[in-house]
Amino acid sequence: MKHHLISAADLTRDDAVMVLDTAQELARLADRPIKKLPTLRGRTVVNLFFEDSTRTRISFEAAAKRLSADVINFSAKGSSVSKGESLKDTALTLEAMGADAVVIRHHDSGAPHRLATSGWIGGSVVNAGDGTHEHPTQALLDAFTLRHRLAGSGDGVGRDLTGRHITIVGDILHSRVARSNVLLLTTLGAEVTVVAPPTLIPIGAEGWPCTVSYDLDAVLPKTDAVMMLRVQRERMTAAYFPTEREYARRYGLNGDRMATMPEHAVVLHPGPMNRGMEITAEVADSPRCTAVEQVTNGVSVRMAVLYLLLGGAPAGPAPTPASGTATTAAAAGTATTATTAPGAAGEAEENQ
Amino acid sequence: MDATPPPPRSVLEAPDIARVLTRIAHEIVERAKGADDVVLLGIPTRGVHLAHRLAAKLHDITGGPVPVGSLDITMYRDDLRLRPARALARTEIPAEGVDDRLVVLVDDVLFSGRTIRAALDALGDLGRPRAVQLAVLVDRGHRRLPIRADYVGKNLPTSLREAVRVQLAEEDGRDGVLLGRREPAAEG
Repeated sequence: MKHHLISAADLTRDDAVMVLDTAQELARLADRPIKKLPTLRGRTVVNLFFEDSTRTRISFEAAAKRLSADVINFSAKGSSVSKGESLKDTALTLEAMGADAVVIRHHDSGAPHRLATSGWIGGSVVNAGDGTHEHPTQALLDAFTLRHRLAGSGDGVGRDLTGRHITIVGDILHSRVARSNVLLLTTLGAEVTVVAPPTLIPIGAEGWPCTVSYDLDAVLPKTDAVMMLRVQRERMTAAYFPTEREYARRYGLNGDRMATMPEHAVVLHPGPMNRGMEITAEVADSPRCTAVEQVTNGVSVRMAVLYLLLGGAPAGPAPTPASGTATTAAAAGTATTATTAPGAAGEAEENQ
Repeated sequence: MDATPPPPRSVLEAPDIARVLTRIAHEIVERAKGADDVVLLGIPTRGVHLAHRLAAKLHDITGGPVPVGSLDITMYRDDLRLRPARALARTEIPAEGVDDRLVVLVDDVLFSGRTIRAALDALGDLGRPRAVQLAVLVDRGHRRLPIRADYVGKNLPTSLREAVRVQLAEEDGRDGVLLGRREPAAEG
């Protein structure tokens, strides 16, 4: 595994299976009297959250604490960031405090990439969601949930998702979860279809390793799992569909639609859910919906990621060009957090 | 397969291993005055197979069921930072638990004692056994910690330049213990 986890594309198939297998073993910790391992004792994990998030931050915090790491929570609100501090200066502060890993959530696509590749900090950077770019640990926990649920007998250890059909439905345009999932699930051998109204499919989606469809009903009968995404009203600056009612009727998952799926198929939702919009209460409360399970699995998967990044020997010179960009970094150091950082890996989004 | 110049020398063959395990099983029963509260925990990978074999032999002797499980020590190792992060093996604690039981840790080779130190820490997080004992197939010496085995299959005086390799049918297709030249990167 690389020194950082910025994009789901950073993971090879073997890396991803290793994360899932490690998570599978760590999940068993929940049944023990002492739900803690001494592995990361004395290491410091900083949760650097520029955007509100409860479940992801709590999940990372629980994961780090279960591995005995010290956790520092840093949220932009009420911190020096609200006084105008740049990402660079925040990073240098964290470096000075000796952060071994920085878990970053940022409203701008590419901020974690900037943090990891500018040579500001020596620790590992874990992307906990950046703008409309990526959210790799969410994709990992979705893959973990899928593998576990679809494995039948046994828990799927050592296996990937070869041959599985997975459908991602909803606001693909604004969804970092969708991007990471398309990349990761494809790496794991699954065939992915994204379904949304044409207005919510990003430009360039035809270059993604997945199929694009506008018709949910046509896809459901041959899907092993459907992932319902929330319509991200807070990121919407234009009218992407006429009415919410129309969206719900064409792209929402209700009991009748769920009945057209194969018997074994499951429904995933990364949360938070908008009941009545993309998913009805009937589906959300059915045993086929894995939303709550996904939260539990999130802790195990994030433990696995932190262990694999921090538990072993320091990776030495990181594969990313950390040095040499120091001068450009200094030049760009004036970039405040309000400025959009350069998009990672040509995935710059039109995040209006 | 191991070192090319001198081929590894066989120290124990399949029948020897079977006899040794039978003797250890009898010793466990003798020391514990029966095996009523014995729980066998193997240390992955080969310790787990040895634990299952011992459990079968204990069952033959006492007639009662002997709980057997595995205890992965990866997260408790003291050398984690020296190598890239490694994959975890399975920890499987029998339904009976370990509280107030006589836990016998089972491993293939006892060398520095660091593995057993880690296993004792791991065990402490899982419960409070009445007592903990250690059974190993081979004790090759060179202890770095004040740890000793209660049941030893074979005491094998070795030099630090040698490597002990235990092969078990479940893992390697054949039973045997080989003593060869140590590869530069390998560690016992």
